[in-house]
Amino acid sequence: MKLTVNGTEHEVDVEPDMPLLWVLREELGYTGVKYGCGVAQCGACTVHIDGEAQRSCQVAAADVWGPVTTIEGLGTPQALHAVQEAWIEHQVAQCGYCQSGQIMQAAALLSYAPDPTDQDIDDAMGGNLCRCGTYTRIRAAVKTAAAKLQEA
Amino acid sequence: MSRIGKIARRSFLVGSVAVAGGVAFGIWRYRTPYANPLQDDLPEGAAALTPYVKIDAEGVTLITPRADKGQGAYHVQAALIAEELDIELEQVAVDPGPPSAAYWNGALAEEAAEFMVPSDGMVRGMAEGVVNASMKFIGLQMTGGSTTVPDAYLKLRQAGASARETLKLAAAQETGLDVGELRTEGGAVILPDSTALPYTRLAAAAAGLDPVQDAEIKDPADWRILGKPMQRLDIVAKSTGTQDYGIDMQVEGMVHATVLLNPHQGGALNGFDASEAEAMRGVKAVVPITGGVGVVADNTWRAIQAARAVQADWGPSPMPATMEEHWKALSDSFTPETQDSRKRDDGNVEAARNVAELVEAEYRAPYLAHAPLEPINAIVRIDEDGAEVWTGTQVPRFVQQNVAKIAGLDPDQVTVHVLMIGGSFGHRLEDEVVKQAAEIAVQMKGTPVKLTYSREEDMMHDFPRQIAMARLRGTVRDGRVDSLDLGIAMPSVMGSQMSRQGLSVPGPDSQIVAGAWEQPFAIPNQRVTGYRAPDLAPISSWRSVGASSNGFFYNAALDELIHAAGADPLEERLRLCDDPLARAVLEAVGDMSGWSGPLGNGKGRGVALTRSFGVHTAEVVEVTNTDRGIRIDKVWVAAEVGRVLDPVNFENLVQGGVIFGLGHAMNCEITYSDGIAEQDNFYSFEGMRLFQAPQIEVRGLENGDHVRGIGEPPVPPAAPALAGAIFAATGTRLREMPFNKFVDFA
Repeated sequence: MKLTVNGTEHEVDVEPDMPLLWVLREELGYTGVKYGCGVAQCGACTVHIDGEAQRSCQVAAADVWGPVTTIEGLGTPQALHAVQEAWIEHQVAQCGYCQSGQIMQAAALLSYAPDPTDQDIDDAMGGNLCRCGTYTRIRAAVKTAAAKLQEA
Repeated sequence: MSRIGKIARRSFLVGSVAVAGGVAFGIWRYRTPYANPLQDDLPEGAAALTPYVKIDAEGVTLITPRADKGQGAYHVQAALIAEELDIELEQVAVDPGPPSAAYWNGALAEEAAEFMVPSDGMVRGMAEGVVNASMKFIGLQMTGGSTTVPDAYLKLRQAGASARETLKLAAAQETGLDVGELRTEGGAVILPDSTALPYTRLAAAAAGLDPVQDAEIKDPADWRILGKPMQRLDIVAKSTGTQDYGIDMQVEGMVHATVLLNPHQGGALNGFDASEAEAMRGVKAVVPITGGVGVVADNTWRAIQAARAVQADWGPSPMPATMEEHWKALSDSFTPETQDSRKRDDGNVEAARNVAELVEAEYRAPYLAHAPLEPINAIVRIDEDGAEVWTGTQVPRFVQQNVAKIAGLDPDQVTVHVLMIGGSFGHRLEDEVVKQAAEIAVQMKGTPVKLTYSREEDMMHDFPRQIAMARLRGTVRDGRVDSLDLGIAMPSVMGSQMSRQGLSVPGPDSQIVAGAWEQPFAIPNQRVTGYRAPDLAPISSWRSVGASSNGFFYNAALDELIHAAGADPLEERLRLCDDPLARAVLEAVGDMSGWSGPLGNGKGRGVALTRSFGVHTAEVVEVTNTDRGIRIDKVWVAAEVGRVLDPVNFENLVQGGVIFGLGHAMNCEITYSDGIAEQDNFYSFEGMRLFQAPQIEVRGLENGDHVRGIGEPPVPPAAPALAGAIFAATGTRLREMPFNKFVDFA
């Protein structure tokens, strides 16, 4: 089957029910996408499909309905996305394992709520678990990212 | 070639060694029992060089041998060296030890060995808290025992300073200038005419010099890097998905494996039928391992799917069948026969009871999973004449020995590559995953086996935080706390943990009373007794270890007595406090929170202070009792760490520690039925979510003489401060975690 990831079209030969997460990580090498729980409880595997945040552990390969963007496609160390810039500015990460998912979730939030309220942030980010407890900084970074995007 | 200068009268000496095209500076150890590859070159009694700075034509590499599991250990180690070396962090590469060069790996293993080998020193260490020693080794922002930490803090800076001065010497020889005319900046020696000689150019010449001993280290007032906001070296990679963790590691020709373990924790595998699993796509092998089966496939998901299709016949768990029995084992342990320690016995608690009304209470703390977000994993390849391991671990020495044992090799034939860890909280002090990967790999020699646990296996087969129970008997007199007699019963964490390494722990386990017996409160009559309960579930060190339960017990008991005395929780703590460092953190949170007694309007505040890992940490928690349940609004924290080396990371670690402490107190426990953990994923072991996270204001105090780590100390006071706040807001006294058994959280 065909998958478009970060603008590149890939042909993959996998079971139709293999979760997108594992296709991305192990068949295509997008290891920025993380496995945390496999049951949509942690958000570490969050990617964008057609611009919307989705838990890639819950999307079967055959059901992918649009182009996929992973953290690697959002921005790179050389060309950071505003959300990534904000994450660096606030030094959000500790272990960093959940942060790909947090950043993808935040980027999706800002695409439909460019000036999010605290409630918007709580609602959008509540499903992304951070075991290191960086929530205080995530909140602040989302607001900084919103400001950056509005300036741009 | 290696060189050693005059032996100074201190425990370490800076040495250097020539490397291809350059030089490495490090610390010599001597009078250690370990064989080392440099032996032939060394003076009598000297041992291997632990390198910290390597300079060659390619650049400057700072070696940071302590494992990083999210706490920024690599960064702070590099910053300590870079500060003295006069080089910017952007100019250096950081390496936990070059894995391709067995030579340096050997040297790094010596560093680990000091704390991990069952020598007399270790046995003594265990009796007084091996956790401190191993925490030092792990290197949470310089976390650890009271004497060892300042040593590491000094050692890294000394290595950097010696390298700097030796490079200046090399520059002086090359230019004919006097060393006094030279200075250093930005990774170069600067001549009086402002010409910069980069270290990389001077490295080869420096290798021929005796390293400068007793190079002066900087006054903290002159620090350029330390103590100031700085960007963590891993922050860009961790914000762009480009940080590779163990789970992302790929080795040529590797296969993907997972395990299906006996859900009855500790039970045997009696037999299995893998015919269905073996027929599934991509499955290469299904093999027996200790207590379960390993499933090998060409993709982790396929391995996990196939593992679910294996039919196994499981033996029973050796642990009690019901939680009632676990609790009863603790409850039955408050006896003179099982007394483990009585490290505090001030005044006369029994006499005090005769003259006042007795306040009694019982407290409980449940088993807790570590549940770092990266499920545990390891890659092991076993060949006829050697083995290689790639994994995130806090115990590389154990890993090396255990893989050697399984492979039938000598430990020095096993190379261990330590990888970045996606959270640990103590989980990576265990190495079952590596042993299991080795058990699979030994059945398919020459093939690298990457073993990744499913979340369910990880949570169900974690070695959790200890279950613990405490009993208070106390009295008050004239509006003051007069006596506090606290008994604490738990199985021995150290005993359980070390038993999996074939080691026994003689003597009392100080973790049974850690965070309770050594608290800075001069209650006239005070006694803290530890009782060693029998082994139940296998348990392990969980962020802050004994103090994670005892910080709650002690503060909750104190709150109960303060309430009985009709006193204010903060004022009475301040009155009782007999340590100026502890008093300062209490005063700080009082000041930060504007503490002024009861708040009313459904709001409440609680305060707690725990001394753990040498750090006094005080926290004030404010909650509101809303119609949807308790909402945690704000937390104020002050901690005394001697010196804050990296203020941004310090704040982050403290905030995270508070959330870790609060989240588990709110809603987490592991319970067992027939030895099967009843929680297997985050829907039943949730912790705190972003929408529940309070604002957290942090202040680091630097009044003490010792530099301390901050990874663990913020955890113990969080739960009791929350319980105090809930009591103030609702009148409900919480004596058992998790609190959501008794109150709802918004």
